[in-house]
Amino acid sequence: MSVSLSKLEKRTAYTLVLPAVLLVFAIVLFPIFANVWISFKDIELKDIRIPEPRAKKIVKSISENESELKVIYKLRNSSLIQEIRNVQFQDKFPKNISPIDLDPRCNFKSKKIICDFGNWEAKYRENFEIIIKNTNDERIDKKIIKSRKPILSGTANNPLLTTNFTLKNFKKVFYENNFVELLLTTFYFTFFGTVGAIIFGILAAQLVNQNIRGRTYMRGILLFPYVGPVVALAYTWTLLLDPNSGTLNALLVNFNIIETPINLLGQKYITLSILGFEFKLRLALTTVIFFEIWRYFPLAFLFILARLQAIPQSLYEAAEVDGASPTQKFIHITLPQITAIISILFMIRFIWNFNKFEDIFLLTGGASGTRTLPINVYQQGFAVSDIGMGSAVSIVIVMLLLSFMFIYFRLVGKKANED
Amino acid sequence: MKIKSLIIFLVISSFFLTCILSIWKIMSTLQGLSFTNLNITLVFSIGIFLSLLFVIIGNKINHLIKIFGLSFLFSILYFYLNEASPYWYILGVFLITLFFTNKLKKYSIQSLKEDFISEKIIFDFITLFGIVFFAFVILFPFYIMLVTSFKTQIALLVNPLDFSLDFSKNLTELFKSYFVIFDTYNFTRYILISSAVSIGTVIVTLLFAIPAAYAVARLNFFGKNFLSTSILIIYMFPAIVLVIPLYTVFSQLGLRNSIFGLLIVYTATTLPVAIYMLQGYFKSIPKEIEDAGIMDGQNWFGIILKIIIPLSLPAIASVALYVFMIAWNEFLFSLMFLDSPKSFTLSRAIQYLSGDAETPRQYLMAGSVVVTLPVLFIFIYFEKYLVSGLTAGSVKE
Repeated sequence: MSVSLSKLEKRTAYTLVLPAVLLVFAIVLFPIFANVWISFKDIELKDIRIPEPRAKKIVKSISENESELKVIYKLRNSSLIQEIRNVQFQDKFPKNISPIDLDPRCNFKSKKIICDFGNWEAKYRENFEIIIKNTNDERIDKKIIKSRKPILSGTANNPLLTTNFTLKNFKKVFYENNFVELLLTTFYFTFFGTVGAIIFGILAAQLVNQNIRGRTYMRGILLFPYVGPVVALAYTWTLLLDPNSGTLNALLVNFNIIETPINLLGQKYITLSILGFEFKLRLALTTVIFFEIWRYFPLAFLFILARLQAIPQSLYEAAEVDGASPTQKFIHITLPQITAIISILFMIRFIWNFNKFEDIFLLTGGASGTRTLPINVYQQGFAVSDIGMGSAVSIVIVMLLLSFMFIYFRLVGKKANED
Repeated sequence: MKIKSLIIFLVISSFFLTCILSIWKIMSTLQGLSFTNLNITLVFSIGIFLSLLFVIIGNKINHLIKIFGLSFLFSILYFYLNEASPYWYILGVFLITLFFTNKLKKYSIQSLKEDFISEKIIFDFITLFGIVFFAFVILFPFYIMLVTSFKTQIALLVNPLDFSLDFSKNLTELFKSYFVIFDTYNFTRYILISSAVSIGTVIVTLLFAIPAAYAVARLNFFGKNFLSTSILIIYMFPAIVLVIPLYTVFSQLGLRNSIFGLLIVYTATTLPVAIYMLQGYFKSIPKEIEDAGIMDGQNWFGIILKIIIPLSLPAIASVALYVFMIAWNEFLFSLMFLDSPKSFTLSRAIQYLSGDAETPRQYLMAGSVVVTLPVLFIFIYFEKYLVSGLTAGSVKE
């Protein structure tokens, strides 16, 4: 009895879970594996269509009473690089019509012209002509002839499924792609974006956690950058920072803080001199990092606030009795309580910043020193249209991500064992 | 000791006053006033003077009289020592000083002798400063977005600082950008598409996620633990690594440029979060209620429909809102999959508009306002649900 019940339970469970699992598998997991396959292929954006035979039909009259017509089919192979084998052609005509001097590759049977064109190499083109005649010498309606579409078929290899592999893409990724700079930019962006978001998150949470009026409103407002659509926010910032007529530069010039406008998103380096030391700052990258912090500190804020509100008030009261200063309270009570959530946040934000595409793409498009790995996937795959190369960069991203997760779980697991 | 805390008090409080007055001045500049100097040193020195007077007077006179008197004095000093400015500006200065002096209430010569008073002063003013700073930094871009949509390109090129709105113009003139984007740029269509995709995603995601979450929360089956851990790992995987394979496969299947294709992708990418959030809530429902349902002879379909769903409406609402927001804001897939303006979503349409350098910026900003407003309204209205959704869904963007 109980055995059959648990069997029933299992069957029910699988029916309930399966649709979701299959969908996620098809759209999320399958592409990750497909990336591996594509990254070993020499394939470009224009190659991904399966080649197919195409025909365009043109009808011309060649006799006075239109009882004879010339039908021209402009035949072509849609692919520029792949052949199509065994092309079959078929076109249907109304009754009382027969072809004259039919091409040897074709035959006419029960109102149909059927041709066997054999193999078409890549870029193949041909103007194929047929002359048709009405057997009763009556006028043929051109429109009817024109309206019938010929049917073509042929077999071609799906360029994605062929089994010729190459290591070319990976060689290019590591040797011809400024790989070290790419990696460094990605790490700068990720690290400073993450740390900045967490610091601002702690500050904001600390503010809102106090007994001030309107703190619920404040919490709502602080989340605005996070819930707003990235497109709208990124374009607003681009306008704000524009060197020619952007508000920020105009304000700074107006109040004589700077002399000439600074192109915050379009300038790769800026030379700063502090205490006599001159150093170069990655300007556009820094600006993008600030945007990133602005947009994502709310998430850190929300989590840290939730944690802060869970700290028992008695801890602070006890500290008060012991004569602790506000700084001591923060360091000895608040910080230890939020380290766990901060480490989780750091991990999550680090991984997500590492994969951030939209923000950088919309602000700079990856120009002026803001090219990160995800931007490179897009550039290689769609701007240079080298799909294989784009996939190879994706694989690098996946590998790095897996190693971050491994390191993180190793560290967290170790800590959990020690506790 | 007392001198030290007094100095800290004076410096920090006047620094805070200088900051809010500078923000006020910047905002006024954007209303067309032509200030060219922030006069930081001047404001700072009269700030110190004001705070000093405040502490010295202490409790000798009524607090209300004191703050009004001091603010009035400050405003007059400010008015004479500063550039010429209209009365509404000075009124603003007066109100800000009033707010500021009111905040100084608890400080007096006596209170400066307390323990750790310097630290307390610093913390107090950092809190105040932080609130003003965060509010300004967050709201300023939204303000610029909104106001730019009501201006014209030419006016902004002539004076990029003048964001004052002329309400004497008739409404059609003022809302011209909105009329243009709806009439010429077809934004009605994009709104419909975006809504259809987002609402569709919510419905399909819930249809798939509720049964799956129920199974994960309640039933025992082989691979359950594996499934619940892999849910967490799956959301760590970013959209950018899925894009190329999905693009090639969707091209071959003819699913690009279709709303259906977008719907599938959005559903699949939000499903893990939805399942994770829902199963957590389902676990908190007492099992006895379901047992009663089983006694009545309900099958799992009946249990989910008649017991689980009615009991977990708040959780379902927060998942729905959260998924809606993700789908509405999504940009990467709509950029990759949609080439033809016939099937653009709002985000993609705005990006397409910006691709044309000729597009005046007010149209771009009007479009941005159109795409932002629904999300902000939903957020403000359902903040409670969304915040719990955000914290539960934790990891996903």
